[in-house]
Amino acid sequence: MNKLLQTLCAAVLGAGIATAAAAAEPIKVGAVLSVTGPAAFLGDPELKTLQLYVDKINKAGGVLGRPLQLVQYDDGSDAGKANSFGKRLIDDDKVDVLVGGTTTGSTMSMVPLAEKAGVPFVSLAGAVVIVEPVKKWVFKTPHTDRMAAEKVFEDMKKRGFTKVALFSETSGFGQSGKKETEAMAAKMGITLVANETYGAKDTDMSPQLTNIKNTAGVQAMFVFGLGQGPAIVNKNARQIGLAVPIYHAHGVASDEFIKLSGAAAEGIRLPAAALLVADKLPANDVQKPVVVAYAKAYRERYKEDVSSFGGHAYDGLMLAVDAIKRAGGTDKAKVRDALEATKGYVGTGGKVNMSPTDHMGLDLTAFRMLEIKNGDWVLIN
Amino acid sequence: MKRQRGLFVLAAVLLLLPLALPNAFYYDIVIRMMINAVVVLGLNLLMGFAGQISLGHAGFFGIGAYAAAILPTRYGWHPLAAMLGGALLTAALAALVARPIFRLRGHYLAMATLGLGIIIAIVLKNEGAYTGGPDGMAVPALGLFGFALDGEKQWYWVFAANLLFSVWACRNLVDSPFGRALRALHGSEIAAQVVGVDVARYKAAIFVFSAFFASIMGSLSADYVGFVTPNVADFFHSIELVTMVVVGGMASIFGSVVGAVLLTALPQALATLEGWETVTFGAILMLFMIFLPRGLVPTLAARCWRSR
Repeated sequence: MNKLLQTLCAAVLGAGIATAAAAAEPIKVGAVLSVTGPAAFLGDPELKTLQLYVDKINKAGGVLGRPLQLVQYDDGSDAGKANSFGKRLIDDDKVDVLVGGTTTGSTMSMVPLAEKAGVPFVSLAGAVVIVEPVKKWVFKTPHTDRMAAEKVFEDMKKRGFTKVALFSETSGFGQSGKKETEAMAAKMGITLVANETYGAKDTDMSPQLTNIKNTAGVQAMFVFGLGQGPAIVNKNARQIGLAVPIYHAHGVASDEFIKLSGAAAEGIRLPAAALLVADKLPANDVQKPVVVAYAKAYRERYKEDVSSFGGHAYDGLMLAVDAIKRAGGTDKAKVRDALEATKGYVGTGGKVNMSPTDHMGLDLTAFRMLEIKNGDWVLIN
Repeated sequence: MKRQRGLFVLAAVLLLLPLALPNAFYYDIVIRMMINAVVVLGLNLLMGFAGQISLGHAGFFGIGAYAAAILPTRYGWHPLAAMLGGALLTAALAALVARPIFRLRGHYLAMATLGLGIIIAIVLKNEGAYTGGPDGMAVPALGLFGFALDGEKQWYWVFAANLLFSVWACRNLVDSPFGRALRALHGSEIAAQVVGVDVARYKAAIFVFSAFFASIMGSLSADYVGFVTPNVADFFHSIELVTMVVVGGMASIFGSVVGAVLLTALPQALATLEGWETVTFGAILMLFMIFLPRGLVPTLAARCWRSR
């Protein structure tokens, strides 16, 4: 009994003892990721990727002769916890650079901390608000929902569709996507003739789909969601005989999505990063060597398929490492300036050209339009 | 004087603690402990003393937090007015639902409060136009007489004063006729009724009071963190609060504080276990339930008493 209490006390006190630094002054990379909770499917590959590449870089001699040290905490998909761990990384662990913030909420809760303390912060979350308006210390690697909407509408217009039904999820990803899609539709001359939503945990979307089916003049449907919901939408749409072409957002870009949708996946289009079709890229594609190497390394170590989310973490780490190299050290202001001056970095997400007004640095070419044919991805030009 | 000894010890600890805190992160942890401690104090009045359960307290906390975010940002209220407005709204809501809810007992009462908490969480998540949706929204800084509260060190004293006052108030409340009536209805509702306690009114009053507490702390914590997400009103947050009450000790004022301190520190202490933190956390809670079923403070107090 007393033993138990002693152990407990020791565990509580353990919080006070920071991990001792190694002799060769490591470069500390701090990460707050959503490894558990609803966003775990994003955070898990991100963490695995960071661990994989920190090991790889250290085996190859580190950065500027110093080893990398990854300090990571799991926020359990809770933005409040992310805020607390952000403080811990900045004030207690004294990290040199922050990579992470799996969700937009987690990122935004840490933005004020990074801005106040002056720590370069590369976020792995999607929404536009992270880099718009531009924040001095904050950068991000993933494509935005606005770009996804633009890419999809571009393809729709090529096929002559202008009357579109939008079907979005009530999650953070879906709601932000809905807002951006509505704004983009107005800009690109697309009419949203139907605008429905579904809950992330819904198991049947037939009522909303029936509404869409009964709306006159729908030429195509754009679904903005994550995880299982969009796959259920595909199945329900086929069941009720909704025959219009279906587009999805970049959030479902994984092989799992095809498996979940089964036969209903046939003919569906979506924008995705090059990583998903690494082997199918033409040999002269600048991204080909990067994405093939990443996919190979990830599969070898973890025996599972790559997702674009892990790719975002790869880009985040590599951008930071690249900036530290160019800054010649870990002086935070210099690393920030180097990050902002990133030009022509080729990552899994695309070609990155940062500027003082653009802290993401990706353009529409970073997205590839894919179609699912015979249960596999096909590149559309 | 002897009665107040615990209070003096707590005051001394709070006064000396900053000397032992090396940086802002530790201040942050202690502040989070104090926030939880005050909410748990209020909840313990309801659970430990009056014997009623609430699985929806995070919902009240959430209303307070969002009041601090929405009213100043969208309607230009002063943050202090927003805090009071949120607390009054919460109290009104609690009073409204108290009568029908407290007709229920046991599991049914738990279910009803659970439902209430979840409904509040859903509203906060889905009314994106006001609440910013699942991604949450920023909270403007709390200014006091033209002096903006900034940084953990200033906030520490705000929350420390708050905690001391709450402990003092709760102790007085428990020892008042009101507190004795609560304990009477915990013991036996029928007996309490027989000796003239208006059971329904007392239950409603303590429920409203503890919801009010939770809302104030929700507003303060939102002002402190500077950002709110619907997670604050989450079902799991409610469970966390109930767990703090149970681990610390039902019907124990200092138990509430100890429970909050322990369960706020544990996740941080375990955070470096990489993947095993949830398992370890669960195991520790199970051990508590098996070996200290009455909670930490009451069990240890009883043990000290016996050995004397």
